[in-house]
Amino acid sequence: MTEPAPGAHLAQLNVATLLHPFEDPRIAPFVEMLDPVNSAADGAPGFVWRLVEEGEGDATGLRPAGEDVIVNLSVWETREALWDFAYRSGHLEVMRRRREWFRRHVEAHLVLWWVPAGHLPTVGEALERLSDLRAHGPSPRAFTFASTYTAAEAARHLPAAVPSACP
Amino acid sequence: MTDIDAIAVLQDPVRRRLYEYVAAQGREVGRNEAAEAVGVARTLAAHHLDRLTGAGLLESGSRRLTGRSGPGAGRPAKVYTRARVERSVSLPARDYRTAAELLAEAAEQAGLDAGLCVAARRRGESLRGAAAPCGGLDEAVELLAARGYEPHLEQGEGSETGQGAVVRMRNCPFHAVAERFPPLVCGMNLALLEGLIGTDGPVRARMDARPGECCVVVEASKNNEH
Repeated sequence: MTEPAPGAHLAQLNVATLLHPFEDPRIAPFVEMLDPVNSAADGAPGFVWRLVEEGEGDATGLRPAGEDVIVNLSVWETREALWDFAYRSGHLEVMRRRREWFRRHVEAHLVLWWVPAGHLPTVGEALERLSDLRAHGPSPRAFTFASTYTAAEAARHLPAAVPSACP
Repeated sequence: MTDIDAIAVLQDPVRRRLYEYVAAQGREVGRNEAAEAVGVARTLAAHHLDRLTGAGLLESGSRRLTGRSGPGAGRPAKVYTRARVERSVSLPARDYRTAAELLAEAAEQAGLDAGLCVAARRRGESLRGAAAPCGGLDEAVELLAARGYEPHLEQGEGSETGQGAVVRMRNCPFHAVAERFPPLVCGMNLALLEGLIGTDGPVRARMDARPGECCVVVEASKNNEH
């Protein structure tokens, strides 16, 4: 287990392309899991923040990456906290059934990057990190679970690239 | 210490019983408790527990077992848990881990989850052979123990009646690959266990992942009057 890096939080974005419209009955099992899984996230150890649409419980109504692409943007204290939530909670069941609801992405669909604690990433910033990962592969700027960089490595490698403060 | 040396440390029967006892508890175990459980003197248990720690099979820490802290709470006691690192020996050298990781990577990239689950369910069924679906939680514990899952029965809310009891598993036999490709490999594991336990019997396997455990639990089937 790694200690939380002082002053750094881990941001994650994942995108998922719906196989059917969100209202389609074939998507319903996914929609039913949204509230319990999101509540679990809010109460999970190391959870900091997740993007929600104003007045809604989640961000599924926001489609910044395309009409049929839902986005999931959140911030965590450590990589382990995010990993445990993603793969060692009720969220794993959603992941297991992902092929029933989402198109398989040939390109990367998940990106991780470090942000200064207190900074809430914007959707634009998140999509830039995903583009970076897709264009250049994993680096301290944008990486994946399989090729992780620590906050210290990120800080060392990109002193100029630390995102600006909260908008 | 190489894997084969570490494993050789388990050859001593007392040491092996101590290791198995600590591993089976799934929590920190003190010297007194381990000595009592295995039926040896405390000093002998301490010696062997430290040998096991030296070999990297156990990890040790210190904790005040009384739960008190501050002055007068007493000296912290030494406690042991099983080390997370895995040891394996293959003679001659074989490397199925790399093969599994490469196959999983290719399956992940090609999106072969469904096909993998079909194969896993079929394998589970063939392991079960002609036997009926698993008949109860105690039988599930036996089946899962034989496959290395380290199952234990966890009482539910209505523990008097046995209602809500589930079988949880401390070990994931596919741990290393499951960590790298969780949805793919955990889905495969669930399908394997569905085949092994059966999906239309009195108990069923269901995904209920928690940190540090296997992703699957076995529980009484709902809407089933067995």
